[in-house]
Amino acid sequence: MTPGSAQTSGAPLLDVRDLRVAFSTPDGVLEAVCGLSFSVDRGHVLGIVGESGSGKSVATQTMVGLTRGARVTGEALFEGRNLLAMSPDELRSVRGRGIAMVFQNPLSSLHPLYRIGWQIVEMIQAHEKVTKAQGRARAIELLGLVGISRPDRRVDDYPHQFSGGMLQRAMIAMALALHPRLLVADEPTTALDVTVQAQIIRLLGRVQQEFGTAIILITHDLGVIAEVADEVIVMYAGRAMEVAPRRELFIAPSHPYTRGLLHAIPRADLAGGRLTPIPGQPPSLIARPPGCPFHPRCTEAVERCSREAPPLAALPGAVRHMSSCWLTEGNA
Amino acid sequence: MTASHVSARSGEPLVSLEHVVKEFPVKRGSVFTRTRERVHAVTDVSLEVRSGETLALVGETGCGKSTLARCVMRLHDLTSGRVVFDGHDISTASHAELQPFRRRMQMVFQDPYGSLNPRRRVGSIIGDPFEIHGLASGAERVTRVQELMQLVGLNPEHYNRFPGDFSGGQRQRVGIARAIALRPDLIVCDEPVSALDVSIRAQILNLLTELQRELGLTYLFISHDLSVVRHVSNRVAVMYLGTAVELAAVDDLYEHARHPYTRALLSAMPVPDPDRSAAREEIILSGDPPSPLDPPAGCRFHPRCPRVRARCSLERPALAAAPGDAADHLSACHFPVADHETLATTIAGQGAA
Repeated sequence: MTPGSAQTSGAPLLDVRDLRVAFSTPDGVLEAVCGLSFSVDRGHVLGIVGESGSGKSVATQTMVGLTRGARVTGEALFEGRNLLAMSPDELRSVRGRGIAMVFQNPLSSLHPLYRIGWQIVEMIQAHEKVTKAQGRARAIELLGLVGISRPDRRVDDYPHQFSGGMLQRAMIAMALALHPRLLVADEPTTALDVTVQAQIIRLLGRVQQEFGTAIILITHDLGVIAEVADEVIVMYAGRAMEVAPRRELFIAPSHPYTRGLLHAIPRADLAGGRLTPIPGQPPSLIARPPGCPFHPRCTEAVERCSREAPPLAALPGAVRHMSSCWLTEGNA
Repeated sequence: MTASHVSARSGEPLVSLEHVVKEFPVKRGSVFTRTRERVHAVTDVSLEVRSGETLALVGETGCGKSTLARCVMRLHDLTSGRVVFDGHDISTASHAELQPFRRRMQMVFQDPYGSLNPRRRVGSIIGDPFEIHGLASGAERVTRVQELMQLVGLNPEHYNRFPGDFSGGQRQRVGIARAIALRPDLIVCDEPVSALDVSIRAQILNLLTELQRELGLTYLFISHDLSVVRHVSNRVAVMYLGTAVELAAVDDLYEHARHPYTRALLSAMPVPDPDRSAAREEIILSGDPPSPLDPPAGCRFHPRCPRVRARCSLERPALAAAPGDAADHLSACHFPVADHETLATTIAGQGAA
């Protein structure tokens, strides 16, 4: 075990403080994440929801060292150790064993010319001293665990012989191989059909319950978030607009952006009426509007919103429900 | 701008599909062992699109919904069956014979990045249909394009900009402007909002609704997203592996689904409401749809169906009204699900591919 895990069990598994990520582009500095703070408790599912360019993927990829050429400040304490200050070698040992990742497109995460089982074994051998035979046995066990039937035969298949849903199961099997404490799933179901999506969401729920793995689930789909997350962060233009326990977010959304999103999405369980779209377009991350990034599209914006960015502050009477809005009571 | 034709009256069939079959030959093996197989993309689908309505085709990847729409547009030749457009059988019409009909059916594509030529100005992209059909040129064309841009919510001053200067939602507006340029009767919308961000989708869906009302358009709306479909359509056809398994008025379908596949699709749809999603029926289908190269005999859904019985693998169920259902609520199941019944939840296993 890592020295950091000696801490009290009350401390969060991952504690991110004031994370900022910026990239230099020919057009200027692009601020992808500006001042994001959150924490993930052991065994919990944190949902991060946002549209393209909200910074939801960049934030997590930066923590595990997958963003190149970015200017990064802030802290990301995983079991007490700052991921952002680690050497590439240290990070490599955290990836896989401490934090594992699953991405949107499983086909691009697997090498097309190697057998699925071989790729899982190779990953295990990169972190642990095991023989090929032991590794193969583990791979078969893992594939069975994530619901691949006849894993002893499918282990020798190539990626093209798997369907999209089976590939995503294989990726989850690979991610679980080293018993990570945290699984980061970045749009894991976006490329899948709805009935297969339901299978994968259920599998993620099982992973959390049976192995106690904490999960960060990144998605643009509020429906997926509503199925599994314990706590949700709503991101917009690199900032957290609202943080809330799942039920509160959907029953009593506070931030105008969250409310706007919930009104703008058509729902399968309600008969249609006219949708209320959020006017305008997401802002440019290079020429950011001053103040709250949402104010140009916000129907409730007041003068102050265009001057000063509001802090993320707890709603009155709530501890875990926070909103970044000047109109929130207690934030004025 | 008056249309040069009299279109079908509201509610009358504008397009009728009769036993449409579309198969694609595929070659496998070497020169010596070559076998000719066929992908059964669409198998015996009959339905009609009524004038002024939005008929949605929903289903998962490979169910044949896009192929069927392309058959309607005659972008594919049919293997067998008929497509009747406003009383004219166009299933075997030649290129020249099709020309007058082409004006009356247009398409909006999923990917607003791939469907617009990045090197051409949006004004000239939107004006193409006038050029192709020889309807307007010069200053008149510019005026008409700018009217269209206004109509879809684009700034007419941006006539000379390139698609790259626009966001995804604005590009989709360009695609829509091009599709309505000739005042068509039918627009096939192929996943028109799937590539757009959530906050932008509502803008485009509302635009499509407004245009339909103003211009009397008929939509054939292809989507995999049951939430979007519930919102925009009047009637819905659910497709599975090349066949239509259920066809009904939209609320009828969502409240009283008869086919087990429809029920499974509805139960799999994530709902942004934790209380509702916890309360609803949960049917997790196992595995993936079988290959359309070798579809199962009988009902095509039977290998994955939670209530499969012996008859299902022998006999293909016809699309017909179940006892007690409205005459226009059709389902293709030997054992349709009643309202009060719940389907057994199957274990989330993994079937063979």
